[in-house]
Amino acid sequence: MKFTWFNLMPWPYLPDDFREQHRSVWVDLPNRIYDPVKGTEVYRTYLEQLEYAEELGFDGLGVNEHHANAYGLMPSPNIMAASLARTTSKAALVVLGDSIALYNPPIRVAEEFAMLDVLSGGRLVAGFPVGTSMDTNYAYGTIPALTREKYAEAHELIRRAWAAREPFPFNGRYTKIRYVNCWPRPIQNPPPIFIPGGGSLETYDFCLENDYVYCYLSYSGYKRAEQLMKGYWDRVAKSGKDASPYRGGFAQVICVADTDAEAEQLYKSHVHYFYNRCLHVYPGFADAPGYRTIKTLQANAVSQLTQANLRNYPTLTWKDLVDQGYVIAGSPDTVHDRMVDLITSLRVGNVFCLFQVGDMPDDKVRHSSKLFAEKVMPRLNQLWPEYKDDQRFWLRPAPARAEAAE
Amino acid sequence: MITSRMIDVAQGRAQVRVYEGGEGTPLLYLHGAGGLFPDDPFVAALAKHYRVYAPLLPGYGDSEGAERLRDMLDVTLHCYDVMDALKLSKPLVMGHSMGGMIAAEMAAVAPNEIERMALICPAGLWLDAAPIPDIFAMVPSEFPGYLFYDTAFGVQLMTAGQDMNNLDFLVQFLVMNAKRFGMAGKLLFPIPDRGLSDRIHRIKARTLLIWGEHDKLIPPVYGPAFQAKIAGARLETIKGAGHMVNYEKPEAVIAALKGLN
Repeated sequence: MKFTWFNLMPWPYLPDDFREQHRSVWVDLPNRIYDPVKGTEVYRTYLEQLEYAEELGFDGLGVNEHHANAYGLMPSPNIMAASLARTTSKAALVVLGDSIALYNPPIRVAEEFAMLDVLSGGRLVAGFPVGTSMDTNYAYGTIPALTREKYAEAHELIRRAWAAREPFPFNGRYTKIRYVNCWPRPIQNPPPIFIPGGGSLETYDFCLENDYVYCYLSYSGYKRAEQLMKGYWDRVAKSGKDASPYRGGFAQVICVADTDAEAEQLYKSHVHYFYNRCLHVYPGFADAPGYRTIKTLQANAVSQLTQANLRNYPTLTWKDLVDQGYVIAGSPDTVHDRMVDLITSLRVGNVFCLFQVGDMPDDKVRHSSKLFAEKVMPRLNQLWPEYKDDQRFWLRPAPARAEAAE
Repeated sequence: MITSRMIDVAQGRAQVRVYEGGEGTPLLYLHGAGGLFPDDPFVAALAKHYRVYAPLLPGYGDSEGAERLRDMLDVTLHCYDVMDALKLSKPLVMGHSMGGMIAAEMAAVAPNEIERMALICPAGLWLDAAPIPDIFAMVPSEFPGYLFYDTAFGVQLMTAGQDMNNLDFLVQFLVMNAKRFGMAGKLLFPIPDRGLSDRIHRIKARTLLIWGEHDKLIPPVYGPAFQAKIAGARLETIKGAGHMVNYEKPEAVIAALKGLN
């Protein structure tokens, strides 16, 4: 198993009447809500939590990219990963990732990821998300119906730039470069590549064609993810590829305490802050027309429409959130059992663990993470014994990294 | 009586549904971002006075070929290809909103091909002092208020025959919306300006601009902005109408059109 300690880096000072005062946490929330002086401390705390996660033995440290978003304060995840590259030494830097269609020219991603891989001594896991509609279309102005074509071209450019040992010309529709010449180049060739997806059939196939890891970064928990991940594994079976669980990843909100009752007492208000304030997104920004392919819409429309009706977060109590699997919370034993359910039902070798939730203060974040690392993670690491030597989807082992560096 | 047929455009690169009917001067009508309504009442009104041709842009209805139309020039040339396929020579060209933007581009790109043109509250220019609302961030219930002066009439026109409680219908509606607004987004997202102001001076067509007095989508202040950039253009403002002026006051629009010689 590979456990990545993931920090979304939410703004923890959204007011109590946030939902009444603002239509969306994302895209058009005025930045007067943000206080840059407090922001320094917020960033420091969040980065130190990631460093602490390495001490606790997590396999990866996760950061991601969002724009104009009060629950994701990392427009540039690479800056955060660069900071961690200097203060950590063992854990993978899981940048999940750079929205490659948004970089102009996208060779910038090949370069910055190469810098991160070299800086960290070959510890980069490179994520290539298409990006949400809120980020890619509304905040960054990419034309929805052209987003995927732009993404595909950016992907091709980056992969070719990493593979080439001589400059070459690239005549794309969106990017034309006479001298593609990626300096520095990454230690890992290429780094493991993770693709966040939301059920697009094209993304399933894209991951399989390239042996990339398909990651479902949902906040609605493992029980609601079964159908989508089943769609992926059906596709894996049809493709004739092996069914290594390391081809899949899932994000999960996790809260560990000494007892189930204590978990509720310690974490309930922060979980509600996350679901009720951080996930308060105006429906008009959810899905720009043309962003999803028609094929995906036709395949998923019914489940999306019915799911949309279920996302009425303010009506969900702590018990609802826990019973329905949005949040895995409780004593180490309870969390262990639910995690086994998650890992086996979704068949995933990668879990992106969200311990920092909403406005949770630092001491609680560390308490929950430590209990998980000490009392839950070691037992979960026994799972998937038949794939324990499957190294294809993670960092190349350290000796190989050192050789490559020489 | 309006009929429709599919035509092959640009040697099969697009298949286009064309609604046509009426007698008289040929008129090419280019629809707005919403497309045409079922049994479109404005096309029917035009057909009482003109020989109307109303093609659906790829992505709308069952017209195909949207994937090769990526930008303004692609769409502009596509519409000339449609004219060719219909064997139309110098028809009266009329465009509404996004269709007006396309018509203006056609007349700017090939100024000798279009002699008479009517633009009904066209998109294509941007004034910082009067930003056009973001149609791509609107939920369906918001549209009538922006589009119509008489909102109740707008709701009725826009929702006729729609059953949003029926899941199958809802799925079809979502797919249709994604296709048509996905196509429209190539011209209008995120800001409906593709550089027309750099080319608009090339227009030679005798041009009539028509605006609804209460247009809340493309505010009437855009009328004089277009007029100032097109030599000899006339501007007619129609009372008691919003952005969908051609649906709210079709007879007034056609009366104005009669003045375009």
